[in-house]
Amino acid sequence: MAYLTDRKRATGLGSAKTGTEHFWQMQVSSVALAILIPLFIFTFGRIVGGTHAEVTAYFARPFPAIIAGLTIVTGFLHFKNGAQVMIEDYAQGATRKALIIGVTCLSYLCMATGLFALVKLAL
Amino acid sequence: MADVNRGIRSQDRPLSPHLQIYRPQLTAITSILTRITGNGLIVAALLLVWWLLAAASGPEYFAFVDGIVRSWFGKLIFLGSIWAVWYHFCAGLRHLWFDSGRGLDIPTAEKLGWAVIGGSVLLTVITVAVL
Repeated sequence: MAYLTDRKRATGLGSAKTGTEHFWQMQVSSVALAILIPLFIFTFGRIVGGTHAEVTAYFARPFPAIIAGLTIVTGFLHFKNGAQVMIEDYAQGATRKALIIGVTCLSYLCMATGLFALVKLAL
Repeated sequence: MADVNRGIRSQDRPLSPHLQIYRPQLTAITSILTRITGNGLIVAALLLVWWLLAAASGPEYFAFVDGIVRSWFGKLIFLGSIWAVWYHFCAGLRHLWFDSGRGLDIPTAEKLGWAVIGGSVLLTVITVAVL
């Protein structure tokens, strides 16, 4: 006698065990970047080409520094998740794992480096 | 199932056409360009973080990295990346629209594809003109 319902028997048998969390994080970061990227391009773009003294003074101001910091954090998180999807599409097994770990490390390394530089410039 | 293709006449069965056979379609091209631009932006992102670190390190090191950024090579990367970031921006907005379950019929999807291409070029021209 079968006590399990059909629904219960089917649960967990699909090929995709996870993914909704990843998808949601991409949606959240893409909405954030849709606002941040135009602000970043027109604040950051204004200072590229300036002298060292101008750059230091520029990032001592709150608005350009905060926009740059938010864009660096959100942008590299979005890159980490997006590059992971690409790796999962084209690589298998140990290569896939190594590449995902590599991309994750690179993303956090860039995030930390960028934030360190911004803090040092701002203070 | 797998047994279907094991018959004597299995070699006569048509195979699913692959990329080289399909006529390139706007929806497919705009989709793969989203991935290429998004991942390609890592080059400019690395250059940007390096430039910021150099600025934080002092005038001498900044002069070195700034020289690379302002060389023809650096300018080429940044110009390409301005287009790439605007393309990825437009395509991302389209993606959010698609994800909400709208715009998925072929005529609308094709129109949105042209909008993404046109929008990215227009925004690139505006950015280059402003900056």
